[in-house]
Amino acid sequence: MILVLVEKDLDGAAVEVSLEALTFARSLSEAGGGIPIDAVVVGDVSPDLRESLAAYGVRDVHTLGGEAFAAFAGSAWASGIETVLASTSSVVLMAAGTPRGGEVLAHVAARADVAMAANVLGFDGLAPFVVTRQVVGGQAVEAMQLSTRPTLFTVAGHAVEATPAAAQGAATVVAHEPEVAAADLVARVVSTDEPEPDLSGSLKSARVVVGAGRGAGGENGFDDLLELADLLHAPLGVSRVVTSLGWRPHHEQVGQTGSRISPDLYIPCGISGAIQHWAGCSSAKAILAINTDPDAPMVTKATHAVIGDLHEVVPAINAEIKRRRAG
Amino acid sequence: MADPVNVLVCVKRVPDATSEIVLTDDGQGVDGRLAGFTMSNHEQCAVELAVRIAAATGGEATVLTLGDADAVEQLRAALAVGCTAATHVQADSQQFGPADVAREIAAVVRDHEAAGRSHDLVLLGNDAADTGDFQVGIRLAYALGRPVVNGVGQVVVEDDGVTASGAGPDGFETYRLPLPAVVTVLEGGVEPRYPTVPGRMKAKKVPIEERSPAQEPAGAARVRWSLPPAAPSDVQVLGKGADAAPAVVDLFEQLGVLAR
Ligand SMILES: Cc1cc2nc3c(=O)[nH]c(=O)nc-3n(C[C@H](O)[C@H](O)[C@H](O)COP(=O)(O)OP(=O)(O)OC[C@H]3O[C@@H](n4cnc5c(N)ncnc54)[C@H](O)[C@@H]3O)c2cc1C
Ligand SMILES: Nc1ncnc2c1ncn2[C@@H]1O[C@H](COP(=O)(O)O)[C@@H](O)[C@H]1O
Repeated sequence: MILVLVEKDLDGAAVEVSLEALTFARSLSEAGGGIPIDAVVVGDVSPDLRESLAAYGVRDVHTLGGEAFAAFAGSAWASGIETVLASTSSVVLMAAGTPRGGEVLAHVAARADVAMAANVLGFDGLAPFVVTRQVVGGQAVEAMQLSTRPTLFTVAGHAVEATPAAAQGAATVVAHEPEVAAADLVARVVSTDEPEPDLSGSLKSARVVVGAGRGAGGENGFDDLLELADLLHAPLGVSRVVTSLGWRPHHEQVGQTGSRISPDLYIPCGISGAIQHWAGCSSAKAILAINTDPDAPMVTKATHAVIGDLHEVVPAINAEIKRRRAG
Repeated sequence: MADPVNVLVCVKRVPDATSEIVLTDDGQGVDGRLAGFTMSNHEQCAVELAVRIAAATGGEATVLTLGDADAVEQLRAALAVGCTAATHVQADSQQFGPADVAREIAAVVRDHEAAGRSHDLVLLGNDAADTGDFQVGIRLAYALGRPVVNGVGQVVVEDDGVTASGAGPDGFETYRLPLPAVVTVLEGGVEPRYPTVPGRMKAKKVPIEERSPAQEPAGAARVRWSLPPAAPSDVQVLGKGADAAPAVVDLFEQLGVLAR
């Protein structure tokens, strides 16, 4: 059995990267002669979620319910997953390479004293089982041998494209309400603030996206970029540096741990083009990179580029657009 | 006044991932002769938090690394911004997998505790910038039998407990947990301070506790590292600076993205 931790968004639907993990699980299952794939979900499973898990070929959907799972605790989730692993005698446990996915699998790994591989891109062989994964900020790839059971790994976001299975799974819901030890509930979320509104839907479907990275320079460095976005009726997409420094909200993040965009034109300004960002924008039809560094990966991978300071280039572009529109 | 809280912060000497990376011939790591070295941004924030918590409670901030002789540079960097003690586990970090590193850190915590020096709070980065295993902190927590919170930006100690918070998938989350505890830090919650000249001078004088690993490492299960082949570039440079604006807007017109 391959067990996949499936995470839900605020509407209770499976997040895209979990569907990618299920897609990865299917290629593993096929290579291994058709091992069944089960999902584990914390909390309720809506009819819609069940339907999409069926479409991805899931056999059983294990749910973890009860007070212990009402607020997040990494060790409680791990304890619940142990119950499911035991009841299904799974040999592989996978999750998407999200913060939660990695955290929960690391708990399971530590408790079972087995290895865990983070941010896996693919696998090279089954016996021995060798996975490839991102290291050195995505600059290098590691081949890592996973020889412990259960075999634990997370899948790097957008490393595979989420594709439904040829044959539907039954997606039979199996409810679990396991006993969780008090020690596993000590480090637990005690409060969650109102989430910021998630506007990533318009980013994912936009024809043009204006990108902004560390080169914006600070919280107040976005005026020209927002004006360009406005002139092109385009949303802003940003790098992780920009969201982790709190300059822009998370739903604007493009990349492996953000949205995957596929516009006709992407205009990354002051973004270096790290592999984790590239994972979210590689399917753009044309890319116009604006960067001070002619050797930045984003520049060399782009279709078009302007070399220069975005704070000079972008206002000049805005002025030129306005001039032509006026004329 | 609550008790002083002694913090241990764990940092790793890693190649600067923003510079060009060249691998060793055996594919086991980065060629150190060509790379610049640093600690990850997450760990810089963890150091900042350790110094703040120690100062606020009257405790000590100790920095630890497992690495070769050169890793002392990262210990000195942490001492220069306010850590007051340092422990160096001398070893080739490439030979140590995440479970090995966690075991070694746990051994230091236990030995110090036996000698009367507690580390009430252990801070680590969320992930190391080179091996990116995303797990040492969690394994350490289990080795020590302590609760652990992962990937938070802010950590404060109040009323003998830890309040830790950071962005979660459903909004900004807060955890409360008792000491002793382990917390892994993501960059973004605090601004790491820059070392001052007196800070650097002081750091040079702090004696560093040198240790050998407690155990033989089991290893990282690494087969080898490789670099993805460089893709040929067919970028068309439209120009330099503001002068490129007309060419850019021509391109917009060509692609039909300018229509209102
Ligand atoms: C597990 C994992 C997941 C990740 N997920 C994501 C993700 O989803 N999305 C993401 O983006 N990153 C992600 N990252 C981070 C990623 O590795 C990079 O650190 C990040 O993308 C870099 O952001 P940046 O390009 O804005 O900053 P930098 O790498 O610092 O690059 C800044 C760029 O701006 C240029 N510049 C500077 N000043 C100017 C100026 N005035 N005008 C023009 N150009 C200028 C510089 O030449 C440079 O190229 C992830 C990392 C990990 C380990
Ligand atoms: N060799 C090391 N010495 C000290 N701390 C380490 C070492 N390796 C990892 N760590 C700590 O563990 C965190 C997570 O590392 P990892 O699980 O390897 O991604 C890092 O951010 C460091 O704080």
